[in-house]
Amino acid sequence: METILKITNLNKIFNKHLHAVKNVSFEIKKGNVYGILGPNGSGKSTTLGIVLNVVNKTSGDFEWFGGKSNTHNALKKVGAIIERPNFYPYMTAKENLELVCKIKGTSLSKVDEKLELVGLLERKNDKFRTYSLGMKQRLAIASALLNDPEILILDEPTNGLDPQGIRQIRDIIRIIASQGTTILLASHLLDEVEKVCSHVVVLRKGEMLYQGSVHDMIENNSFFELKSDDKEQLKLALQNHPSIEKIEEEEGKVLVYLKQDIAAKDLNSYLFEQKIVLEHLVKRKNSLEEQFLELTKN
Amino acid sequence: MKRLLSIEFQKIWKNKASRVLLLAYFVLLSFIALIASIKFSIGTFEIRIADQGIFNFPYIWHFNTYIASLFKIFLAIVIVSMMANEYTYGTLKQNLIDGLSKKEFILSKFLVVGTFAVASTLFVFVMSLILGYSFSSYNEMGIVFSDLEYLLAFFVKLTAFFSFCLFLGILVKRSAFALGFLFIWFIGENIFYWLVKFVILGGDDKHKNFGDTMIRYFPMESMSNLIKEPFTRLSAIKTIETTIGGAKVAKDYSVHFSEISIALLWAFIFILTSYYILKKRDL
Repeated sequence: METILKITNLNKIFNKHLHAVKNVSFEIKKGNVYGILGPNGSGKSTTLGIVLNVVNKTSGDFEWFGGKSNTHNALKKVGAIIERPNFYPYMTAKENLELVCKIKGTSLSKVDEKLELVGLLERKNDKFRTYSLGMKQRLAIASALLNDPEILILDEPTNGLDPQGIRQIRDIIRIIASQGTTILLASHLLDEVEKVCSHVVVLRKGEMLYQGSVHDMIENNSFFELKSDDKEQLKLALQNHPSIEKIEEEEGKVLVYLKQDIAAKDLNSYLFEQKIVLEHLVKRKNSLEEQFLELTKN
Repeated sequence: MKRLLSIEFQKIWKNKASRVLLLAYFVLLSFIALIASIKFSIGTFEIRIADQGIFNFPYIWHFNTYIASLFKIFLAIVIVSMMANEYTYGTLKQNLIDGLSKKEFILSKFLVVGTFAVASTLFVFVMSLILGYSFSSYNEMGIVFSDLEYLLAFFVKLTAFFSFCLFLGILVKRSAFALGFLFIWFIGENIFYWLVKFVILGGDDKHKNFGDTMIRYFPMESMSNLIKEPFTRLSAIKTIETTIGGAKVAKDYSVHFSEISIALLWAFIFILTSYYILKKRDL
């Protein structure tokens, strides 16, 4: 699969002491939807800023499209919005987009098409400063799509929006993703990422904690919820099982974490042999959110 | 280059404040022609300015470029706010993300500086020609097109000054502060000059030349030094001077190549430093 962006051992130190990005490496492949997760101040925006040529790296490397073109030419094939929508407030939506077309060197004919996609066509002749935050954010997405980019980078696209606004943005992202555009989405909205993204990169305090598919991240960590009359005996029996890593109690249930995967029916028959009858047995997976909180716990 | 200019002029022209300032600048420039109609009286004499030879070729080149350069602050405001706005709107960052390189960004701003300087020079050239042909006592080709170096000096003066404004806009990021800084710089240069000349060197004639030489290399002074004030060159005033003082004051009014080089060097330094700052800065 074609590599769109490759980051190797990237570091950024602000003002000689704030180490915002520590040795981060990952690859973005064509056609996938990536999520970058991390609490506030974990270096998401800095990492994106570096690959987008607005923040200078301290060390390390990054390479767009296999290093075939330099960064600023590569950026003409990228659509990106960072943090908040940045436009000239005294120009109309249409004029702002036309300006972006001139910068990217694409034809002006795309302007109406993209405005239509984000539902702003009727307001195209209004000045940018009259727009609500949700509309500004949608205009930013339209602007990022003007060149039909190979990759769309969105940094917190739903920040500060009301539920309707969040919904509109999510729908737009879904449409774009379904058209096969590679997307890199930085967000704290985890259910969002879980629904839309196929791959995730997890950062905390500038360090990369996890990189891989969303599926694997959730799958690796299945656990059992058990309940029995004699809790002590149950725990005792479980401690002797070779594939069990740790046992916790929560709200009267025994939570069993595994070293290696076992099927629910095998655990059940094992406990039955130990003369324990279960009244509750569920094999569960952490949601991305739980998994993320677990990973980023200090 | 056409692409960069079209980007920049869309940014400037769609902004109402910049548009008004630009128009005001050119309207005010054309008001120089109105000087022709000024009349005033000294005692029993009635003096009509236009008759005093200010619109005589080639003196008119000197006079008009000097007066026109007084209005340059209008364009300076446009340039400073053009740059500072990119910071306040966050569009500098967005422009770079959209695929403008930092080099292209500085180049496009410098193209605006150059265009402003060229447009002003052309405007003054055409206006002076018209005024000159209407009022000048000499209309021979050789005289009309002599002393054109004042136009070159005017162009260099504007280019250097606008580059300085551009640099301040990038350095300070806020229009009001950048313009304030410009003013402080101007005062600072003069204070430094007086300090060196009169406090450190004691102001005696032996060292007088050093202070005067030094200030010629300062950016603001080097720009204003390009075109010397034309008033005392006017024959009418010279007559008054000789009548009152008895002796004629010899003064060099011409444009010197060395002065042009100093101003151009400053323009070069300002643009290069702007690029350096932009490159180093995390946005």
